[in-house]
Amino acid sequence: MASRARAIAIVLGLLALAAVPPIAAALNQPFYLDLFRRIMIFAIAAVSLDLILGYGGMVSFGHAAYLGVGAYAVGVLGYHGIHNGYLQWAVAIGASMLLALGIGAVSIRASGVYFIMITLAFTQMLYYLGISLAAYGGDDGMRLASRSQFPGLLDLRNATVFYYVVFAILVACLVLGHRIVNARFGMVIRAARSNEPRARAIGFSPYPYRLGAFVIAGAMGGVAGALLVNHTQYLTPEFMHWTRSGEIMFMVILGGMGTLAGPVLGAAVLLLLEDVLSAWTTHWQIILGPFLLLAVLFAKRGLFGLLPGGGRDG
Amino acid sequence: MAEPLLEIRGLTKRFGALTATDRIDLDVRDGETHAIIGPNGAGKTTLIGQLAGDLRPDAGTIRFAGHDVTGLGAPARARSGLARSFQITSIFREFSALDNVALAVQAHAGHSFRFWRPARREVALRDPARAMLERVGLGGRADVLAANLAHGEQRQLEIAMALATRPRLLLLDEPVAGMGADESQRMIRFLADLKGRQTIVLVEHDMDAVFTLADRVSVLVYGRIIATGTPEAIRENAEVRRAYLGEDALV
Repeated sequence: MASRARAIAIVLGLLALAAVPPIAAALNQPFYLDLFRRIMIFAIAAVSLDLILGYGGMVSFGHAAYLGVGAYAVGVLGYHGIHNGYLQWAVAIGASMLLALGIGAVSIRASGVYFIMITLAFTQMLYYLGISLAAYGGDDGMRLASRSQFPGLLDLRNATVFYYVVFAILVACLVLGHRIVNARFGMVIRAARSNEPRARAIGFSPYPYRLGAFVIAGAMGGVAGALLVNHTQYLTPEFMHWTRSGEIMFMVILGGMGTLAGPVLGAAVLLLLEDVLSAWTTHWQIILGPFLLLAVLFAKRGLFGLLPGGGRDG
Repeated sequence: MAEPLLEIRGLTKRFGALTATDRIDLDVRDGETHAIIGPNGAGKTTLIGQLAGDLRPDAGTIRFAGHDVTGLGAPARARSGLARSFQITSIFREFSALDNVALAVQAHAGHSFRFWRPARREVALRDPARAMLERVGLGGRADVLAANLAHGEQRQLEIAMALATRPRLLLLDEPVAGMGADESQRMIRFLADLKGRQTIVLVEHDMDAVFTLADRVSVLVYGRIIATGTPEAIRENAEVRRAYLGEDALV
């Protein structure tokens, strides 16, 4: 059965990710822990974008905004001496949901290229806002005094613990995403992407559902941002730069839109290639560019779509 | 007489200098099959767009089941009991036939802010959808991707979706367009069977279908209804002959 190959691939992939810390320890290469943690954080962002881009058909070119707001929530609270992780992450999620509600409410009424431009414009505004916040390092950014603290529960200073926290959140996002896109809610946004006039004609008003999906994706993006700033231990407006939005979108397209697992694969391939090629030559982008072009041209359904039964969900 | 199910008064729609719908009055009685015919460019599509809620009229009112629905959009009208098929088949191509109909059931089963339970395992959505597919003769094709159905099957699927919403009024925009003779006959038989139990507005070019199915016919020419009556009366109407049927069509 085709979807079985797909399920096996997902399980094997997750097992591989879970096995990174012991392998990195055995090889005495802690760097890999760092690399794959970064991959998983971007995978969370890419999965959340896939919810609205792949399933909802909303080409949001501003997903870095939620990454940024999540990161700033943690960084700014930390700057003011609040290191409590529960509070920091709750603020990160709440703020990115509110932001998604605002951006979504305005942009979802638009369509096509206008939608792309509006989401891009909002994110650029936030980017410049970040630059103008001199108290928090402005253009240069600032160092995080401490990672988020979960006293009595977790210690993120321990690289392995932090790794598995990110892993658990990634798995949770995949499970949640899978439930959402197959529940009634997900069927509505997918139907509206497939054929909006038909969806309206049978009685669905897509707007509130699309907005809901936008807010859920924003929340996941905010979590990714909170994780990212803990990972880098450095807060910078670069998190919100439009090229970052492009990178996340590329992970989704490269891996396979509307598949949830595809974006995880896309994040891994993109960041691993970046790592391998940049160690090899400083002109690594000359090689990466054509590769990505070929991948998109010849694997139209994404790398995950090359698997039997790995194509997008309807 | 009881109030008509659909009551259109003074409906007008202009596109620049062109008046596509020109002060149309039209009643559709509960239970009847009412055909709207007219030559190309007569404004049939514009009229349907306004009935379905996709186009906003410049003037006039549309009352449906006792309520003024002129200001309602397409989703709200659908929820109030108006279902339609499109002139060009409109289905969810990436979904199975069963999914398509189950979505139509879902659209009329309360809000869809449900995030956890798999919709494809909800008996309350799947069973009525399956029964409806059986009814239109697609029972054996439930799990086929809608895009892979034959053209005639896709049209049947569209009707199944419309009926699955349990509409008060079924709005059919050229249901036999682009069909082969066999498919077309099958569709006409299906609609003939439905007729009487379901109020239908039928916009159709195919005179065979119109004169077989319609209880009453309205003739639309240049955005105006020039005649409404039984098929026989329309056939005999001199103005209709001149304006529309043409000398060749006289039978």
